[in-house]
Amino acid sequence: MSLINCKNVSFTYEGNIVLSDLNFGVEKGEYLCVVGENGAGKSTLIKGILRLKSPSEGSILAGDGLKSNRIGYLPQQTMAQRDFPASVYEVVLSGRLNNMGVLPFYKKIDKEDAVRQLTFLGIEDLKNRCYRELSGGQQQRVLLARALCAGKELLVLDEPVTGLDPVMTAELYRLIEKINKVEGKTIIMVSHDIQGAIMYASHILHLGKTQLFFGNKEDYVHSEIGMRFMGGGDVV
Amino acid sequence: MLFNIFQQLFHTFQQMIHTFRQMLSYPFLVNALVVGILVSLCAALLGVSLVLKRYSMIGDGLSRVGFASLAIAYAMNAAPLLVSIPVCVIAAFLLLRLNENSKLKGDAATGLLCSGALAVGVMTISLTTGMNTDVCNYMFGSILSMSKSDVRLSIVLSIVVLILYVILYNKIFAVTFDETFAKATGTRSNLYNMLIALLTAVTVVLGMRMMGTLLISSLIIFPALSSMRICKHFSSVVICSAMLSVVCFVAGIYFSYMHSTPTGASIVIADIIVFLLFVFVEKIKER
Repeated sequence: MSLINCKNVSFTYEGNIVLSDLNFGVEKGEYLCVVGENGAGKSTLIKGILRLKSPSEGSILAGDGLKSNRIGYLPQQTMAQRDFPASVYEVVLSGRLNNMGVLPFYKKIDKEDAVRQLTFLGIEDLKNRCYRELSGGQQQRVLLARALCAGKELLVLDEPVTGLDPVMTAELYRLIEKINKVEGKTIIMVSHDIQGAIMYASHILHLGKTQLFFGNKEDYVHSEIGMRFMGGGDVV
Repeated sequence: MLFNIFQQLFHTFQQMIHTFRQMLSYPFLVNALVVGILVSLCAALLGVSLVLKRYSMIGDGLSRVGFASLAIAYAMNAAPLLVSIPVCVIAAFLLLRLNENSKLKGDAATGLLCSGALAVGVMTISLTTGMNTDVCNYMFGSILSMSKSDVRLSIVLSIVVLILYVILYNKIFAVTFDETFAKATGTRSNLYNMLIALLTAVTVVLGMRMMGTLLISSLIIFPALSSMRICKHFSSVVICSAMLSVVCFVAGIYFSYMHSTPTGASIVIADIIVFLLFVFVEKIKER
């Protein structure tokens, strides 16, 4: 059974339909990239998958015993976070909260996992730095480490490269690919950056108020909508 | 020369100790110190979360509701704390709900509650006992206003708040830093938000009669803001603001005893001085 399965899913905001007729599935180990223009309903879909918003119609099924404490999430940063007084370690460790159960404090295994994720992303030297003093790219990596702590199976990334310079963007994509290939975690990523999506993803979901395309990356590249969205390379 | 300064310092210190001894010989002052220190601790700890979540004004809103409910409790001859704590807890839940999902934005809702509750309180007082010195005590606080059973209840409740805070510390950090993430990854953020609101409501009611309706929110905001100037870890911010809060409280009480000034205002002045000091230190460190 698929990890996530959407059947005839629609979302509404205050009575207006923002997204309708979604039918797609995500298998274990896949790398799905959700693309589309502003207001196409990408963030709404993410909220649905994370169960922060329930669909007005249809159902989003989680298979293989996927519970929300097996999901990691990399949200877009809020203003309040940018000047938050916390150390990198505290932020990353908070990702382990969903493994803690009823106990009030973190166990040794939680702390070890936090350090392991920091090392995996190559930022163990930032461990005791203050989060608000880091650069945008470093902050993004810290939040990715936190997402890794929380998500043992599925990672949901919401516009992870927004506001990053090209070098940092490439670096982050490389890390996400490593998480997908080496750790075998399923990735669902929302992105504006179509080139990056095409380069790394295995599947593409193109939204525009409804489902415009879903399928393999290779099929998408040769589809009409894919060509148009990628910048009209088909004109010649 | 240096020796002289030391001698003088030592002398002043001795005098302070003497005054403290004197203060401790009054039972009502001992009560005020114990309750005040506990409540300052609670307020400072919760304050860090509230300030970071941009809920700084919640203390103000709740204290006005507390004021109204105290006025009604006196009018009905009921035990003041037993009436105002549940009322404040309900108000806190409502405020949070309003913040989450409505067209009435958080600050507007708090503003409405502030003036609305104050008006209800003032009306109740003027219709029953009439405006007198009691009202002044409500507004600006008085350490004399605590009865023996109030003191006992305050001590028990503030210890409960402290224990709950320690147990929930990691969860409070998570929902303060990133509520959406916590919710998405399977933490019950709504529950912990509710608990924060509950603890805040209890703390505000306990503190407001000493600090006064108008000044209680300083107990929540100042220590957190001051320590955020300098501290870089969440845990150190929490510990630092707890210490600052207690120090400022004791300094304020001391000053108010020496110069017979209102307690609440003296404590706030001490908070302001510490805040300015920390801003100054931050500026120097940045250079």
